[in-house]
Amino acid sequence: MNTGIQSPRGIWWKPADRTEKLWLSIAFGWCLVLFAMMPLWHLKGAQNPSGIRHRVDPSAYARRVNEFIKQYKVGEEAGHAIVEPPPGSDVYVMGRMWAWEPILKLRKGVEYTLHLSSLDLNHGFSLQPVNLNFQVLPGYDYGLRVVPTEAGDFRMVCNEFCGIGHHLMVGRVIVVDNAGGGK
Amino acid sequence: MSATATFRICPTTGLKINAQAEALIKANAVAATVSLLIGGIAAVLVLLTRWQVVHLLSAAWFYRILTVHGMSMLIFFILFFEMAVLYFASAVLLNSRVATPRLAWASFGLMILGAVLVEWMMWAGRADVLFTSYVPLRADPLFYLGVILFAVGALIVVAIFFATLVVAKRERTYQGSVPLVTFGAATAAIIAAVALGHGAAIYIPTFFWSLGWMKVDPEIYRMVWWGLGHASQQINVSAMVSIWYLLGALTIGAIVLNEKVSRTAFVLYILFINIASAHHLLVDPGLPPTWKVWNTSYAMYLAVLASMVHGFTVPAGMEAGQRLRGYTKGLFEWLRKAPWGDPGFSALVFSIIIFGFVGGITGVTFGTEQINIIAHNTLRIPGHFHATVVAGTALAFMGITYYVIPLIFRKQVAFWKLAKIQPYFFAGGMFIFSVFMTFAGTFGVPRRHYDISFSRAPFDVQFNPAVDLVMGIMALGGLIAAVGGAMYLLITVWSVFFGKPLTADAAPGMYGVPQGIQTPPKPIPETATSHGPTPGTLVLVLVFLAAFVAYYFVNWKLLSDVWRVG
Repeated sequence: MNTGIQSPRGIWWKPADRTEKLWLSIAFGWCLVLFAMMPLWHLKGAQNPSGIRHRVDPSAYARRVNEFIKQYKVGEEAGHAIVEPPPGSDVYVMGRMWAWEPILKLRKGVEYTLHLSSLDLNHGFSLQPVNLNFQVLPGYDYGLRVVPTEAGDFRMVCNEFCGIGHHLMVGRVIVVDNAGGGK
Repeated sequence: MSATATFRICPTTGLKINAQAEALIKANAVAATVSLLIGGIAAVLVLLTRWQVVHLLSAAWFYRILTVHGMSMLIFFILFFEMAVLYFASAVLLNSRVATPRLAWASFGLMILGAVLVEWMMWAGRADVLFTSYVPLRADPLFYLGVILFAVGALIVVAIFFATLVVAKRERTYQGSVPLVTFGAATAAIIAAVALGHGAAIYIPTFFWSLGWMKVDPEIYRMVWWGLGHASQQINVSAMVSIWYLLGALTIGAIVLNEKVSRTAFVLYILFINIASAHHLLVDPGLPPTWKVWNTSYAMYLAVLASMVHGFTVPAGMEAGQRLRGYTKGLFEWLRKAPWGDPGFSALVFSIIIFGFVGGITGVTFGTEQINIIAHNTLRIPGHFHATVVAGTALAFMGITYYVIPLIFRKQVAFWKLAKIQPYFFAGGMFIFSVFMTFAGTFGVPRRHYDISFSRAPFDVQFNPAVDLVMGIMALGGLIAAVGGAMYLLITVWSVFFGKPLTADAAPGMYGVPQGIQTPPKPIPETATSHGPTPGTLVLVLVFLAAFVAYYFVNWKLLSDVWRVG
């Protein structure tokens, strides 16, 4: 028998004892569960980061967002357009130093395809207080099918460092109750 | 070369210690300590800014100092210390000379040069890019150059480590197989080669990009950079686990339960290294879910299994060793009667517990593809890695320092009474800090953020009202840990530069000498050929598993409550 700083002599490739084998089996079984949960959640769960992903030129994306804003703009707040897209449509949000554009007005219980991209640096899309977080990169369009499951006034915080004004980067998402007729 | 190598015999361990190895260990340890001092000051400044009650720094200095904190701690402190570990595990443990001492000193010089360049750029405000420096965030080209020089230096030390293993084998400086600690350090070195290879693959193009010579895609950057960024955390894990076995041996004479099991577990770290990198990209736009699910697990999570194996075999080796020495009563006499006043021992135990219970469980949970949606870039992430790399790795490094001072520097540990309680302060503080930081992240509080009161932002942001209290407790924990860190710095610097030399005959009861050196663990009776069962450890790991299962499924529940997304 030796410690970890002594050279083992002779053949040390020996079978593990019962307790070790027991723990090894339990731990390995648990590791398989850890893996299995991920494909399982893709089949049965309602929250997956899959999305529709493709490359996009940042200036082309900016044009698409501005078109989207022009098309569905319903108001303005503090210099930011408020946009209410039709239920089920594609929704475009852009991150740039240091704002999320535009302000979204969505309906509860309706699926939208929320496109996220950046015009400059990495940004972090963090919807609060729901706590949904996605990485946003320039040159990549991340189209996530989202269903707001609650009505309320939400915030898009930036949670990836993007320069000196990073902490000022906050956007807004308003979700209205479909049945309540809040339009 | 071997003719000129000089050795001394260590009176405590009987090891033949090469003078060059000893000098290199000292130099790297000193560089690590200086890095820790810089990173530690930065830590307190960051903490006192994120604690909104104080909100100390300006925004520009907050991000600058946060960059300094990350680079000084995660790169300079840890890697300099690991270089010392590599020299120790090769030359010292194998009674060998260092393969190429001149090249070793040249690479040390290269690392110092790189570190100084990076520190200069950061403090001058020419590299406000944080630890990750995500392209297209741009720093001064000298910043990237500094990182490259440092990495090249480290890579040479890794090569010297392997060359030293070859020298020791050829010159027959040891018999049998290399000790487990050396084996573990070798896996750390292999992982280091992989990690530093990724580092070269990303920092060299990024250096050229910063000069305007080429383009770097932001997603490719993230993928390759994390091949360095997280692979280097896997170096830390391997080095830390090696030190667990080392401290177990030195403090209470822990035995190796089964060489095959422990060594195979180390090999799993190498084979499954990339899963750690993939779990940084789980909510990225550039990669499909199949890539994410596969690369974060390879279907089996065998790196997690490796840590769960060491989490069993290290304490079980301690238990079995203690039981062979007569501490056989009940489940936990072996643990109760252990030398809790030996800072090497207490640091070891706290390192294992916090690494496993806080760092390990949170890390695997957040590294699950879907759960990452409610964890990515929130305070849950730094909460997790402060438990692994600070309370785990750094604390293990602190514990071994109390042995390095008498064994390598041949000095008594100064302020011995302080040293005895230092791990309690540091571990206690880091435990509170990391748990409450993770907790704050559960409420969505972002990491790397100057002002979560959003006082100058266009819209207000309301987090759960509990967040203020949670972050207050986090700050308290952080300050306690900072006191523990300051104690460590005071003790080590004082011992090394002004400490009393250790006389050859370290008599029992001598001031400033850990118990494991004063009264080395009793040798195990010759008659013992096998160890008995380790029921105490089995109970402990089952408690661990219960906590793991509970936390994991609570997070699936939390996830199922958020908006539908896919």
